[in-house]
Amino acid sequence: MFHNLAALLRYRGLIQTLVTRDLKARYRGSVLGFFWSFINPLLLLLIYSFVFTTVLPGIHPPEMEPYALFMFCGILPWTWFSSSLLESSGTLIAGGNLIKKVLFPAEVLPIVTVLANMVHFFLGLPILALFLIYYQRPLDPIELLWFPFIVLVQLVLTTGLALLVSALTVHFRDIKDLLGNLLTLWFFATPIIYPMQQAPENMRWALNLNPMAHLMISYQEVLFYVGPHGHWRWLLTLAGMAIVVFLGGYFVFDRLRDSFAEEV
Amino acid sequence: MKPAIDVVNISKVYRRFTRQKQFATLKSALLKGSLVRDLQPDETFPALRGVSFQVPKGCTYGVIGRNGSGKSTLLKCVAGISRPNSGTITVDGRISALIELGAGFHPEISGRENIFINGIMLGLTKKEVMRRFDEIVEFAEMQDFIDAPVKTYSSGMYMRLGFAVAIHVDPEVLLIDEVLAVGDQGFTLKCLDKFAEFRRRNRTILLVTHSLDLVEKFCDQALWLDKGQTKAEGEPKRVVASYIIDVEKTEEVELSKAESARLAATASGAPAAADARPSDPAAAGDAPTDMFKATEGRWGTRELEITGVTLLGADGQPGHVFQYGEAVRVQMNVRAHHALKDFVFGFGIFNADGVCCYGTNTNLEELKPDEISGEGVVTFEIDSLKLVEGTYRLDLAAHKLDGYPYDYHRLLYSFRVKSRTKDVGIYRPDHRWTFSPGIRFKTGPASATD
Repeated sequence: MFHNLAALLRYRGLIQTLVTRDLKARYRGSVLGFFWSFINPLLLLLIYSFVFTTVLPGIHPPEMEPYALFMFCGILPWTWFSSSLLESSGTLIAGGNLIKKVLFPAEVLPIVTVLANMVHFFLGLPILALFLIYYQRPLDPIELLWFPFIVLVQLVLTTGLALLVSALTVHFRDIKDLLGNLLTLWFFATPIIYPMQQAPENMRWALNLNPMAHLMISYQEVLFYVGPHGHWRWLLTLAGMAIVVFLGGYFVFDRLRDSFAEEV
Repeated sequence: MKPAIDVVNISKVYRRFTRQKQFATLKSALLKGSLVRDLQPDETFPALRGVSFQVPKGCTYGVIGRNGSGKSTLLKCVAGISRPNSGTITVDGRISALIELGAGFHPEISGRENIFINGIMLGLTKKEVMRRFDEIVEFAEMQDFIDAPVKTYSSGMYMRLGFAVAIHVDPEVLLIDEVLAVGDQGFTLKCLDKFAEFRRRNRTILLVTHSLDLVEKFCDQALWLDKGQTKAEGEPKRVVASYIIDVEKTEEVELSKAESARLAATASGAPAAADARPSDPAAAGDAPTDMFKATEGRWGTRELEITGVTLLGADGQPGHVFQYGEAVRVQMNVRAHHALKDFVFGFGIFNADGVCCYGTNTNLEELKPDEISGEGVVTFEIDSLKLVEGTYRLDLAAHKLDGYPYDYHRLLYSFRVKSRTKDVGIYRPDHRWTFSPGIRFKTGPASATD
């Protein structure tokens, strides 16, 4: 397993090329092309702000203004997470030709999915930055240093889960359908459109078990809340867990690897 | 010297799931608690059983065998795409596998970008692709379309590009699976040229193919795989020859099986079909109205019955597979249930398309019937079977001069003609080629009788 893991480094060039291909191919043929990477999160934000400031205005505490910005801090990384998992569930089957006909390291496929979605996440960041400037949020540059670390933790965690999901979906195709609903549930079980403090006391323990909750809170701490990053202990624990999830995901993937060529 | 490919005693078992298992899903796996068990094979199919061989460096090695004999599985194992269940494979040098051309092309992006991606997938670095780029485009004859998205390519262009990339990976070991079968003739020739160049540069080629010609002409060694086992290995001509003999034997068995099935279906006395016309006194079966329509069957009054038909080869043994030019006899055992004065024996050969290649009868050849009674044998002797290669069916009949059928056997018997010459058509006239002195060939003209 560790031998294969090391071999992954050799595929840097391949991964890079495939990510580029993915990004190029995604918007090929659409009028707005690459702009969709900016427009998509923007539209999503508009929808949520409409719902939570116009339709349900009183639902959030008044000190949480601007609420749209708060939600955006979570929605952006969540989109990266959820579309990575959804896409990786089909990626091995879609790339069946490669696995069956070419000597091709299969783990590259889910990794490329996660990375391509990460690029989309990065492309959404300028929009977030514009909003931060627009609302004149005070940002602590020291606190911002945490940001790359949070992204890294999310990357490791998401990749681990993507490897697991992609490998299992080859054997159980229903995961694809199940996953969509599971992710919706997961979305609402994560403090993204509501702050953690608003969750009922007796539910906190359950939310604390959710790794994504701590990631999102970390993003919110760094980008939205004023004051020092108070969530770093949770984040470090999560970093350790992310590595475990990654190794676990890779282990399962590696065990099932030989069956891919026959099953996809 | 270390061999380029060393395969030691490999076996590969494919898992085959029962119908229920096939539709086993996560839900059912969880409900039955059989998640782990479902991942275990319950029924297996051995694709390869203890295959061993070595390919020395610079050797072109052909693998032949019937469909489902494990050829492609073997190639995939050597390529490292699938892993054998037991045994070891060692390959020395960079491999490129031409299993499917253009696998991994993305339809939405341009040929140019796909060349880079495909090249990198096949193990080149970006720089290496860059250096070979012009050569690849030129080989694929794609200069004008290289910037168009691949989805706009014709299948020929797609394959040419795929082949061009794969071949320019410049592997030390090249694995080829029947890819030559799909190109047009010009492209196939080009591929063969490229392979010849590979051979000159002392590269190793493992070729899986159905083209026995290619193996004979091209390979230094050959392996015949049958039901996952090595049946013969060594000098290509010898391996191909023993393979052909085996294929003929199987054909023989299949033809006689099919024949007995047809005879059983038209067994005497069985009312042939629901739309038989009992009002027609002439037909005791379902005689088709159009005698030239090639539908098999048997009809007639059986006053004069053809009780058995045997095809005999030059060796006097019954058979169904004959060589071109072989002396063949068709023997009919007949029985007249009472003495008859009006009778004709007919004979016809039809090819697989249902075209009548030849037909005759005793009346046409001016044999005037006198009398037949009891049992007898009618033999139709062909001195030299001059038919092109293919499968043929026989029409045999006994009837009155006016066509009133006693026993008509339509297309019930079949045989196969094998020929070393791949000429086409229905009829091969005796012929020879002659040329004026200015026209020269490297080999002498093939004799018409071969």
